[in-house]
This record gives sequence, C-alpha cells and structure tokens, in this order.
Amino acid sequence: MGSRASTLLREEEIEEIKKETGFSHSQITRLYSRFTSLDKGENGTLSREDFQRIPELAINPLGDRIINAFFPEGEDQVNFRGFMRTLAHFRPIEDSEKNKNTSTSEPLNSRTNKLLFAFRLYDLDRDDKISRDELLQVLRMMVGVNISDEQLGSIADRTIQEADTNGDSSISFNEFIKVLEKVDVEQKMSIRFLH
Amino acid sequence: MELFFNPFDSLVCILLGISFTVWFTLLLVFIIVPAIFGVSFGIRRLYMKSLLKVFEWATLRMERGAKEKNHPLYKPYSNAIIAKHPTSLEEEIKEIRRSGSNRDLDSAPEFEMSDIFYFARRGVESIMDDEVTKRFSAEELESWNLLTRSNYNFHYISLRLTVLWGLGLLIRYGILLPLRVTLAFTGVGLLVFLTSFIGLLPNGRMKSILSEKAHLMCNRICVRALTAIITYHDSENKPKNGGICVANHTSPIDVIILASDGCYAMVGQIHGGLMGIIQRSMVKACPHIWFERSEVKDRHLVANRLSDHAQDKSKLPILIFPEGTCINNTSVMMFKKGSFEIGGTVYPVAIKVGEIFLSYVLTVISNLEWYNSDFNWEDAVQFANRVKAAIARQGGLVDLLWDGGLKRGKVKDTFKEEQQKLYSKMLVGTQEDRSRS
Repeated sequence: MGSRASTLLREEEIEEIKKETGFSHSQITRLYSRFTSLDKGENGTLSREDFQRIPELAINPLGDRIINAFFPEGEDQVNFRGFMRTLAHFRPIEDSEKNKNTSTSEPLNSRTNKLLFAFRLYDLDRDDKISRDELLQVLRMMVGVNISDEQLGSIADRTIQEADTNGDSSISFNEFIKVLEKVDVEQKMSIRFLH
Repeated sequence: MELFFNPFDSLVCILLGISFTVWFTLLLVFIIVPAIFGVSFGIRRLYMKSLLKVFEWATLRMERGAKEKNHPLYKPYSNAIIAKHPTSLEEEIKEIRRSGSNRDLDSAPEFEMSDIFYFARRGVESIMDDEVTKRFSAEELESWNLLTRSNYNFHYISLRLTVLWGLGLLIRYGILLPLRVTLAFTGVGLLVFLTSFIGLLPNGRMKSILSEKAHLMCNRICVRALTAIITYHDSENKPKNGGICVANHTSPIDVIILASDGCYAMVGQIHGGLMGIIQRSMVKACPHIWFERSEVKDRHLVANRLSDHAQDKSKLPILIFPEGTCINNTSVMMFKKGSFEIGGTVYPVAIKVGEIFLSYVLTVISNLEWYNSDFNWEDAVQFANRVKAAIARQGGLVDLLWDGGLKRGKVKDTFKEEQQKLYSKMLVGTQEDRSRS
C-alpha cells in the first residue's frame, strides 16, 4: 500500500500543491499516504463516509460541520487537491510569511482565511451571514442535551447583540473578525507538523 | 546427432537424479523431521538474523546515497505526523478565551465565538492523523522493499546494492521458491493422506491423539514453507477444550499458524476442488465444522451447531475469525455477532502481521512472514487495529473498531455526549457563579 501511494502522486502534482498550500514535500507525501489510507473505495476521492470512519472525528460534536468544510457546494466527493486545500488552513503561519505583502492572493493559512474557516463552521447555509437560528443550531451541536432551549437562546441572543454592529440581527464575516480581533487565531487554529 | 546427445543426456539425468535425492534428503532431515517433533534447527532464525544485518547495511548505504542526492528516502508511514496537545477541553477553551478576552477573568463570559476553534482544530487533527492507524503502521523502509520484493521502483544507488539485489532475486526464486513449493505440497499431501487414514480408525483416544499429531505436523510443515518463525507467548492461556478461540483474521496463513501450536476445530464453508478435498479428509480424523453453502445462510443452524460443539468439553476448541472465515468472505456478517452469542469460554487470540505478532492474550510474538507474491501491507495495518481491538476487548471494553457496524454507533454517542457535557459545564457553570455573585 505504501509503495502504491507514493507512485501515484506525481512530482508535478506535489509541486503544484506545494505552491498552492505551502506544505513541504514530505508533508504532502505524508498527507497523501493518509488520504489513501482513508480512501477505502480506492477511487482517488473521499466521501463523507470515509471521514466519518475516523473514530476521533466521529465523536467530535462538530464532526459533521468539519467534514462539510471539505466538500464544496453540492459535491459529495473530494479529491486530494481539495483535501489539501482545506487542510492548508491549519498550517502554522511561519515568521517568514508574517510580514509578506498580500500581493496577489492571500495564502490559505492567513489569519483571515483561518477565521473564514471557523466562520463557515457556523454559517450553515453558506450565505455569508450567521443568523440567530444558525448560531443556535451550532450551539446545540456543541452542548448536546445539557442546556435548555431558553438558556441556549439567551446565550445566542447575547452573542449576536455583542457582535452585531449594523443591526441586521446576524453576524457578517467582518463583524466576526472584529469580535475575534484579540484572539490568537494563528496559534489556536494551527496544527504543527513534526517534520 | 543422437550419439552426441546420449552420453550428455545420461550425464544430465544422473546429475538431476543426484541433486533431487540430495534435495529431498536435506528436506527430510532439516525440515520434515523437526516438523514432526516440533523442534527447530534454528536455521531460519539464523537466516533471518543475517538478513536483518544485510538490511541494516543496505539501509545505511541507501541513506548515505539519498543524502547525497537530497532524495526523500523514507516512505511516509507513520509515527506521529503532527504534534498533538494533550490538554483537556476545559483548559484549551479557557486559553482561547483568555487570549481574546479583554474582560476580567473572573466574570468570564459563558460563550465565546472562538470556542469553536477548539473543536475545529481537534477535528482536523484527527483527520490528519488519528491514534488508531498511527500506532500500528508497518514501518516500511525502502531498503526492505528493494531487497524483499522485485519492485519496479528500483533506484540505482550503488554497485554493491545492485549485486545484493541480484543475489536476493536468485536466492528467492532459485532456492526459496522451489523449497517452499515442495514443502507446501508435502504438507498438504501428508495432511490429506494421514487424516484419511486416521479416519478409518475407530473413534477413541488413539484416534484423537493421532489426529492431533497429524494436524500439528502438517501445519508445521506448511509453516516452514512460509519461512515463518513463530514464537508463542502466554501458552498458559492457550485455548482449551470446549471453548471458542477467537482471532482476528489476516489470511489463510493464520489458521496454519494457530494450528501448528495447538489443535483446533475449524469452522468454514465447504469448498469444491482442492480445498474441499482437504476439508473432507480433515473432518474424517477430527470433528471440524464445515457447512454447506446453503447452510451458511441459516444463522440459527450455524449458531446451534457451533454452540453444541462448544458446550461439549471433550471437543477441541473452535477457531473462529469473527471478521470472517479465512476461506470464505461471505460469512463475514454471520460471525460478527454470532461468535460471541454462542456461549462457552472465549479465548481471544490476537494476530498481527507485518512486524508480526501472535499473542495469546496480550503478549508479543515475533513472526516474520515472507511471501514471494503480493503481500498486502495495507492489511497489516488493519489487522493491527484489530489486535488492538482484541486486546481492548480483553479489558472488557468494547472497541470501536472491533465490531464493524453494530456497537460503533453506541460507543461513539457516549464519547460525544461526554464532550458535550464537559463543554456545557463551561457555559452553564459560569452562569451559576454569576448568579451567586
């Protein structure tokens, strides 16, 4: 299996992914190994079921939301490029990258893109706004049955009140960024590789 | 022309004759006889040791070569890919809040939008690398690949390595292959012959002793055909009569491995052809449980027959692979629950292939198994997961992965609920403090 994995990923592809995501060569090959081990159907793409098979993900209260983040609108399969693109959000921001000018496009792991990832976890219908209803639903996922509807409702109301600056009773991405401006997003939304 | 060939011909014949005789004598002395008595000359171990030395040397050379060319050498199989933080849910969320909050820590808010970071990161961490697959991955070194398999992925590194590779090929196909084939044939042939013969004897102690010996011997021969070195640990926990031996399923080889150490009643579906012949003769000597294809569908029938056998203390322990019988994969679903519902004492055995272990309840055995044909390393990882499961089962825990679909749902929910409870405490707990102050 291992030897099959590395022979299926061509050097050019690795280079492209490197450019797009910023992962190193060895990180990409390792993640490709991981990708193929998850791909039970061996068809080069992952389905939602493939993700759900990961035990630690299955017990994560927001597991389904996270899985959803990998699948673009309306699609049920994600290939390795898409897989890496999403994982790239969690790449740590290196010091060398911190002061780079945002010339053409922002790197996938920029602070803004990390926040966008989190924002999309809340934004269930992908309309770029977190409504009260959506916030409630996500909260419900996180707390399970342990908090009453009223309490949860008041938590949601309070949160929207604090964040909403333009009075439309929902949280836009910019409002979201503002609320979290002091949080150390770079560290909290980053996964460090051992190599 | 004919005159020319004749003396040559006879010379060739003589040579062939001699070599065959020598071959068979060696075979007999060094392999079959020890197999009968279950002793070993230690030749295989020596072979293994020298091979390991060769590999070490080869690996060093390859590493050196790779460094010069700046080529990635190791296959990305795992030990941890990412750094995981062993902090609890509470700690982490507090940390996140602390970094973002400009409020007093004492009147900490109940909910922060940044709380989601914790779950997001944990989730993606598990996608990148989860505990289960990580720990048991087979370590695949390029050198291993190079020297054990005719891999088309061959990189030229040095003359010496190439020579070694060539030598390896020669040994594998010229010496080992014929050896293994002969042994396999001998083993199987003897099994059929002996068991049929024993089947003719009247039922009784003599018969069972002889059948045991025959089974053991033939299995041992087959094992040697695989150049397998097996050590069994924890033999005091070996399955006893009237019980059920449950092992995870790796390959047909497992049966042979287990059967060379103890005598089991096997379970499976009757096949046609060679397998069928073997099965039918085996059952003459010893009460194995073979099902007709039609019977396999009837779960109750299967369960009944199995429990009858299991309850009977005089009968040999049944060997079951809940993942499916090695011979036939259609029984997979069947035995999943069934094997545990049968009753009788269950003796779990864990088999791990790859850097192989065979363990009777929790201990480790080294078993280096080599195949000339496609050895599926991927399976090794899966089986290792099941070893973990078997071990986990030993502790009385129902492992997530052990039972394919059935109990997974329940376990997953409890763990998820735990996390939800913890998080809720963080939200609600602080509210109580607030109302108090």
